Amino acid sequence: MSAHVLFDAPGPRARRRMVVVNVLAALVVVAIAAVALVVLDRKGQLDARLWTPFLEARTWTGYLLPGLLDTLRAAALAIVASGVFGLVFGLGRLASSRVVRVVAGGVVEFFRAVPVLLMMIFFYMGISQLGLLDPGDVPLVAVVLGLTLYNGSVFAELVRSGVHGLPKGQREAALVVGLTRGQSLRLVEVPQALIAMLPAIASQLVVILKDTALGAIITYPELLAAARRLGSGEGNILQALLVAAIIFIVINYALTRAADRLATRVDRRTSGTATAQAPSLAVRAGGDD
Amino acid sequence: MDEGYLAQFLSLFEQFDVLAAFWVNIQLTAYAAVLALVLGTVLAVMRISPVPSLRWAGATYVTLLRNTPLTIIIVFCVLGLWGQLGITLSADFQTNFFRLAAIGLGVYHAAFVCEALRSGVNTVPVGQAEAARAIGLGFWPAARLVILPQAFRGAVAPLGNVLIALIKNSTVAAAGSVAEASGLMRTMIEFRPDVILAVFFVFALGFVVLVVPVGLLTTSLSRRLAVAR
Repeated sequence: MSAHVLFDAPGPRARRRMVVVNVLAALVVVAIAAVALVVLDRKGQLDARLWTPFLEARTWTGYLLPGLLDTLRAAALAIVASGVFGLVFGLGRLASSRVVRVVAGGVVEFFRAVPVLLMMIFFYMGISQLGLLDPGDVPLVAVVLGLTLYNGSVFAELVRSGVHGLPKGQREAALVVGLTRGQSLRLVEVPQALIAMLPAIASQLVVILKDTALGAIITYPELLAAARRLGSGEGNILQALLVAAIIFIVINYALTRAADRLATRVDRRTSGTATAQAPSLAVRAGGDD
Repeated sequence: MDEGYLAQFLSLFEQFDVLAAFWVNIQLTAYAAVLALVLGTVLAVMRISPVPSLRWAGATYVTLLRNTPLTIIIVFCVLGLWGQLGITLSADFQTNFFRLAAIGLGVYHAAFVCEALRSGVNTVPVGQAEAARAIGLGFWPAARLVILPQAFRGAVAPLGNVLIALIKNSTVAAAGSVAEASGLMRTMIEFRPDVILAVFFVFALGFVVLVVPVGLLTTSLSRRLAVAR
């Protein structure tokens, strides 16, 4: 509703003025797009031969689809692993033992402050050095580990703040019917917290999917790396990057949309309001208009 | 850890200038933050304006940029803008890469600044806008004098989160051949693989030291600046 806070239902004069401004603004937007296209054309970037490769099956079967598959593989593994990590450390942060709480809190805070790329480079080089794994598997493992530690920590925060967002009566009732503190957490509070946090969890999935592209820096053959190889082979790096970006945008936009729909549907399913937020999440996406 | 290990480890810091590498990250963050704040504010105003085409343009920008991996944007800036379109921002190679990466970081985080400001606008009760209109203010005066000042205060915490993300994401400039901390860590580990753990912790701690104060500061600021209602 924020879009309509600032102005009233316009009268006839304001409506006329708005039409004028609307057309002018649209023209400016179109003009910017036109200038961009002219610049691209002058540099020869609109030449058909740079774009036609994307109509050939070879481009997709040889480069983009295998890259996408590797992106999805890393994302799926990281999602499962960070879910487990998040549950374990989220429960750790809520534990009755002070030592467990402090240790879990320290781990979570540390991994949220360290850049994912730094962790990926560390694991990539560290695991290759240990020589325990097939060198071909090392980049995938490094990508998944890096993503898991960071996003798992975010999930742990979500579990914690979700539980804190519940009304106190939920726990009191659980204790009254004879559940222990741990049982109350596992059976009553955390399940509700997870449902309340579904939208935030879903937007974190977008973050995981996007961050797999960091794998390109440590030689993981995901979509961005595939696009770069394609681009240097065909001499159409600009176009290849654009197509890769579009693939990411389509998947992520669909995810966000699904999350929004889910959010409205689960709104009624918990006793708590789903307003609790993890303190340093990279900005929970508001709905798109 | 015997003394030899420690001495050897410390000698690494005479050969590699870790502080200089972190300084590059800080500078990247600073330039990108200014760009992101300016662009993000413009986008936020567009998105709350009564003009449909501006709202649409702002929403499209945010949707596109927010769903694209930052790594692709940085690679695009260097290989696309510079490599293909020949956009050169400095005759010096390193400076050119640095500026291109800063622009990539700025345009990416502008989408998140816009969303943070919009969440700030959401903290302003509708009654404020109604009161502004009741005393005869139009869209611009109402936005400038009543809504935005309160919205910025309400947006301090989410803006702090964007800044923290930006500090950490400045490492992605490595994808654009900028010599910053994550690249130096890689070089140092390649040079001395035996002290990999210690090297990693030095760099990790460096980011903890950069990030934690920003978090504490914005949290306390957001409490102090919160508009009592």
